[in-house]
Amino acid sequence: MSARDEIFANLRRSLGVKGSEAPRRHVVQERLESAPKGLVPQRGQLIGEGLIELFKTQAEAAMASVVEVDGPMAVPEAVAEYLRASNLPARIKMGDDLRLAAMPWGETALEISKGRSDGQDLVAVNHAFAGVAETGTLTMTSGPENPSTLNLLPDYAIVVLSAKDVVGDYETMWARLRDEYGKGQMPRTVNWITGPSRSADIEQTLLLGAHGPRSLHIVLVNG
Amino acid sequence: MTVHVTSPKFKDNAHRALQDEQLQKAMGNVRQGFIDRRAAVAAKLPEFEALRDSARDIKNHTLQHLDLYLEQYERRVTAAGGHVHWARTADEARRAILDICKRVGARTVTKGKSMISEEIGLNAALEAANIRPVETDLGEYIIQLRGEIPSHIIAPAVHLNATQVESDFRRVHTHLDPQRDLSQPVQLLTEARGVLRDRFLAADVGITGANFLIAETGTSVIVTNEGNGDLTQTMPKVHIVIASIEKVVPTLEDVSQILRVLARSATGQEMSVYTTFSTGPRRPEDVDGPEEYHVVILDNGRSSMLGTTFQDMLRCIRCGACMNHCPVYHAVGGHAYGWVYPGPMGAVLSPSLIGVDKAGHLPNASTFCGRCESVCPVRIPLPKLMRHWREREFERHLQPATFRSGLGFWAYFAKRPRLYRLATSVAMRGLAWLGRDKGRFKTLPLAGGWTDFRDFPAPQGATFQDQWKSRRAGGAK
Repeated sequence: MSARDEIFANLRRSLGVKGSEAPRRHVVQERLESAPKGLVPQRGQLIGEGLIELFKTQAEAAMASVVEVDGPMAVPEAVAEYLRASNLPARIKMGDDLRLAAMPWGETALEISKGRSDGQDLVAVNHAFAGVAETGTLTMTSGPENPSTLNLLPDYAIVVLSAKDVVGDYETMWARLRDEYGKGQMPRTVNWITGPSRSADIEQTLLLGAHGPRSLHIVLVNG
Repeated sequence: MTVHVTSPKFKDNAHRALQDEQLQKAMGNVRQGFIDRRAAVAAKLPEFEALRDSARDIKNHTLQHLDLYLEQYERRVTAAGGHVHWARTADEARRAILDICKRVGARTVTKGKSMISEEIGLNAALEAANIRPVETDLGEYIIQLRGEIPSHIIAPAVHLNATQVESDFRRVHTHLDPQRDLSQPVQLLTEARGVLRDRFLAADVGITGANFLIAETGTSVIVTNEGNGDLTQTMPKVHIVIASIEKVVPTLEDVSQILRVLARSATGQEMSVYTTFSTGPRRPEDVDGPEEYHVVILDNGRSSMLGTTFQDMLRCIRCGACMNHCPVYHAVGGHAYGWVYPGPMGAVLSPSLIGVDKAGHLPNASTFCGRCESVCPVRIPLPKLMRHWREREFERHLQPATFRSGLGFWAYFAKRPRLYRLATSVAMRGLAWLGRDKGRFKTLPLAGGWTDFRDFPAPQGATFQDQWKSRRAGGAK
């Protein structure tokens, strides 16, 4: 008997089932199809102004910084300003995201390179798929538009997030992801990111910048 | 080639731990930090208790249908271009992983933190095959340098102080300036970041555990604060996930319910920094991510726990809250438990996985204060399960003869309430009389286990049962 067959035989013996019972199969199929939401905390059900406020409060509580701008055209200047204020070189790495590409980067002095990170980039800019207000969590999806390495390797991660992509709860975010990728389908990697990298492994002292970014800066785009 | 088990020597281990000043100092950090942070974050979410019920129910539902959800999970992984390997035993899991590593000619393997990797003793097996495993979680990295096993399931180096870490770094990182300043924890972190950054970029294979496997999408999920597991599975050409069968959950919605209680219970965070969902290898258009994606699914005795009293233990999501709140764990630390899973969850799980003959002391290392159950995010009745192990240990005649005859002696009286009351009241009066001068005893026959460490107070009044009766009658609370 193969390892697989023996494990399933054991499972079924322990559960007292054959595996072919129609009612059991139906219950499982039904749950996978309908994906019931469960309990969504009230704070995840806010709408409008309060939603954006909650996202900002929660992201900042997780030690991210947040700046709001009035529209996509204002993003490059906000990024340049952040780099100046942080005393960082005017150099960024980004992917092929069309929303980012449509922004007027040429109006700044930023030097931009494209593609994945090889670990040498100090600053990267990615566009978020969504922001989840209940915990100030960013949802990043992999692909040439926003390479996963740009979320993890640079010392300073900058993430552009459209205010219309801020949702209250994880469940609403998953519903949007299914709309985009199809039921049961996922991009290779979905990163939920809540604040900059940290560790408390030495004497339970919280320190930022363990292996991922030391700093997470969110540019929240209204309008 | 499994990890050396010292659980049978729990009593010696615990005794040594109590004398270990460094350990006692470090354990103070657990007592202070984890408990307050969890309480604060739980208080901020009115739905927290209801979410614990929800998490328990999801796990129970999944375990009742585990065969079907595992089949669905396997189908989805395969459809996404990944490979599933089934392992009955630790040995089969090690071989599956070694086969992949050898096929791709791996020389260095980076690793995200995985308790299953500890359970199967993976690092020793990789080293024996001339493959260098590099732990990347800061705590795991530190204990790997020291040749130790984790003393906590989410804070593996919690038993150490910064000065100990400093001397390990000086011993191992000999390519760095010996005069460098490492007096601050942040300097230790920065040094580890630099050393490990090179390893992430050079590794041929990345091995991670999984906090969850999602049946709906064929996705493995890891939760980290450092970003180390995420880099481990993003940078190398091959990503191998090692996970046990009970890690599967039905849907993205279900995993979201459980994630709402995981970080809050574990570290007192609303959400961990990185929660990464991986589905198959990189897609044709992707510019990063692994080219191969493998999942090794381990049983190692778990399928036999289903349908028994111990099925409840398979709900465990490895948050560590039970050990963070355990007075015995606080006193002796994780290593005394003698295998990879310490604290109350280890006291229940270890006898299932390595046998009650080896791990029988562990369920006895409990005061049954019940704090573990009161904080468990999936409401595992840990004290009840420890009691079940004690019963099995007794049934199998595994305790020493004096222990068994003592228990038999007590049981004789306990089954005869009138005789019990008479005997205790006589004994109590006798002791009160003997101790009437000093009010306490420095030594007592048959009670050396107590009086070696502290005096035994002489009884002052009536027996507990008498006091209970009179207070009830008097209407006192």
